[in-house]
Amino acid sequence: MATPDRVSYWNKTKSLMFVMLGLWVFFGYVIHMFVEQLNSIVIFGFPLGFYMAAQGSLIAFVVMLFWFARRQNAIDEEHGVHED
Amino acid sequence: MANTTSTTAGGGDFTSNLGRIYGIYTGGFIAFIILMAVLSAMGVENVVIGYLFMGFTIVIYAVIGVLSRTMHVGEYYVAGRRVPALYNGMATGADWMSAASFIGMAGSLYLLGYDGLGFVLGWTGGYVLVAILVAPYLRKFGAYTVPDFLSARYGGNLARFIGVIVLFSCSFTYVVAQIFGTGLISARFLGIDFNVAVYVGLAGILVCSMLGGMRAVTWTQVAQYIVLIIAYLIPAIWMSTVKTGIPIPQLMQGQALANITALETAQGITLHHITPFAHGGYDAKNFFLLILCLMVGTASLPHVLMRYFTTPSVREARVSVAWSLLFIFILYFTAPAYAAFAKWTMLDLVASGLTPENIGEKAGWMMRWAAADNTLVQICGKAATDTAAIVAACAEKGVTALSFADINLNADMIVLATPEMAGMPYVISGLVAAGGLAAALSTADGLLLAIANALSHDIYYKMIDQNAPTSRRLIVSRILLVLVAVLAAYVASTKPSDILSMVSWAFSLAAGGLFPALVLGVWWKRANSAGAVAGMIAGFGITLFYLVMTQYGADFDKATPNMELWWGVKNISSATFGLPVGFAVMIIVSLLTRAPSQAMQDFIEEIRVPRGKQMMEEKIA
Repeated sequence: MATPDRVSYWNKTKSLMFVMLGLWVFFGYVIHMFVEQLNSIVIFGFPLGFYMAAQGSLIAFVVMLFWFARRQNAIDEEHGVHED
Repeated sequence: MANTTSTTAGGGDFTSNLGRIYGIYTGGFIAFIILMAVLSAMGVENVVIGYLFMGFTIVIYAVIGVLSRTMHVGEYYVAGRRVPALYNGMATGADWMSAASFIGMAGSLYLLGYDGLGFVLGWTGGYVLVAILVAPYLRKFGAYTVPDFLSARYGGNLARFIGVIVLFSCSFTYVVAQIFGTGLISARFLGIDFNVAVYVGLAGILVCSMLGGMRAVTWTQVAQYIVLIIAYLIPAIWMSTVKTGIPIPQLMQGQALANITALETAQGITLHHITPFAHGGYDAKNFFLLILCLMVGTASLPHVLMRYFTTPSVREARVSVAWSLLFIFILYFTAPAYAAFAKWTMLDLVASGLTPENIGEKAGWMMRWAAADNTLVQICGKAATDTAAIVAACAEKGVTALSFADINLNADMIVLATPEMAGMPYVISGLVAAGGLAAALSTADGLLLAIANALSHDIYYKMIDQNAPTSRRLIVSRILLVLVAVLAAYVASTKPSDILSMVSWAFSLAAGGLFPALVLGVWWKRANSAGAVAGMIAGFGITLFYLVMTQYGADFDKATPNMELWWGVKNISSATFGLPVGFAVMIIVSLLTRAPSQAMQDFIEEIRVPRGKQMMEEKIA
């Protein structure tokens, strides 16, 4: 079961998961901890800190998920474990 | 509707024509809106327009529900596992966006300003967890229900049974909020009593889910998504165009925010809309804990996870999560704009010189809402049912010119009332009501199905009678669906709390009870049965305890003081305590007891790779 290829597959899958998790923590939490500082930057009337919570992080989440689906699929194919 | 008939004939034909079918449907719906606008201009009464909007949309959902009826087990539980990623994303969007998103969220953003954005973040970012930690692996396993997975992974019916209890608790809390929402809409737009209105809403929910199970729910949810997103975008675009001349509310929100801040300063309001961590008791701690509980709850809610059981493959399941979030995003990044434009409109109204005498003339909509339910609009601390009542209440307080703070609007009515607030024609109000109804119905359908499936498949079929024939299992499922729905309608009629709180509780219950067992089940081979059972009991138990004790107290009497909050954490983030306790107990107990068997470890290896047959083979009925 635990062939070398499977081990390498799972390691790559895990790394991708941790990268996604890190980005998730950044856009979900870290950036909003600096809302007061970011709010001093105003673009099109938007204070940047407010903008990140209202739209910025959301856009990041959507883009991240499409990227993840592609990356994980590439990993699947590379290790020959994709579905037919 | 001739095209939809093919659903009953065969799946392949229908799925290849999906784009055309839903394209025609969307065109038809827009034509219907125009027809209503024409009728309204010809002098047809408002209440008739309201009935037509709600009646017509419910009939459409019912027709789809009836055409998709099925007696096939695979179709009933997982829609035959052939829903394409994009459409599953749309259906998940409707499944996900409930009365809380549609009706409650922009209202809370209006009242809480920046701090309301915790809901926006919490209800989107959770999909990252769904995609990377849970959904593809559950799809590979090939379960019908979430407790199915728990039972297979943690060997036995005890884990399954606890899973069903958690599923029932969170989904039931959630469904009560949805029926409450349909009641609110029916009471205002159809002019019927709230206690009757909840049962009317219920009838609409049942026709969709009862006959066709997951298959019917999937195709009605796609239709409901289209209605709700159109209904949400039109008023926002309208306000943006009227106020700024540019029909892109998400972009022009910046200008709205700048104007809100200026008007607030002019009116002497010191607590600004954009100020973080200052409204309604949301300090930074509560803001971030709420985001965490909502995100983790997303990745644990059975009615969401089971949507990814319906895709044809693991790969499609992953793409489908991305599509889901895209469709959800369209509404969620509009909500803060919606709230900002509504607040700008209200501040403008106050700035125009509002007195207790002239408010009836300038904002008659407030009185109509106060008449539907006397808690919805309060001016000078009393229900604003008519000018006399307002004048009396304000005279008592010595208020002669109304300020923004004197007018107290309920969070749950703001979205529904915005078209009237901004002076749009009544046809837009009817459209928004139909959209809110679609949001509430679609989520309630998914939730009731999750509950009924767990009871019929996990409890009745797997635990009570393993030899039950297919037809009996499906009939049991339908009977349970109706019973649960009626019970939920009864609870909703007692108005337990506001929509957003009830929904947030559901997220905390799911997060505390299911998240550790689901995630460690895939990602940690050493997790065993004893650990999972102990972890689920501890995590769910603490969450439920904190919720009940702080909301009702040990004596279930709202009048007596309840338990003090622990470290000031609001009970909508109850999973703050349940989640770490659940993880800790599960890990410690697992390490203290025997490691899972080699067969189980091989089983986990298998669900980690997409290739190969799904683990749990369905019996073909």
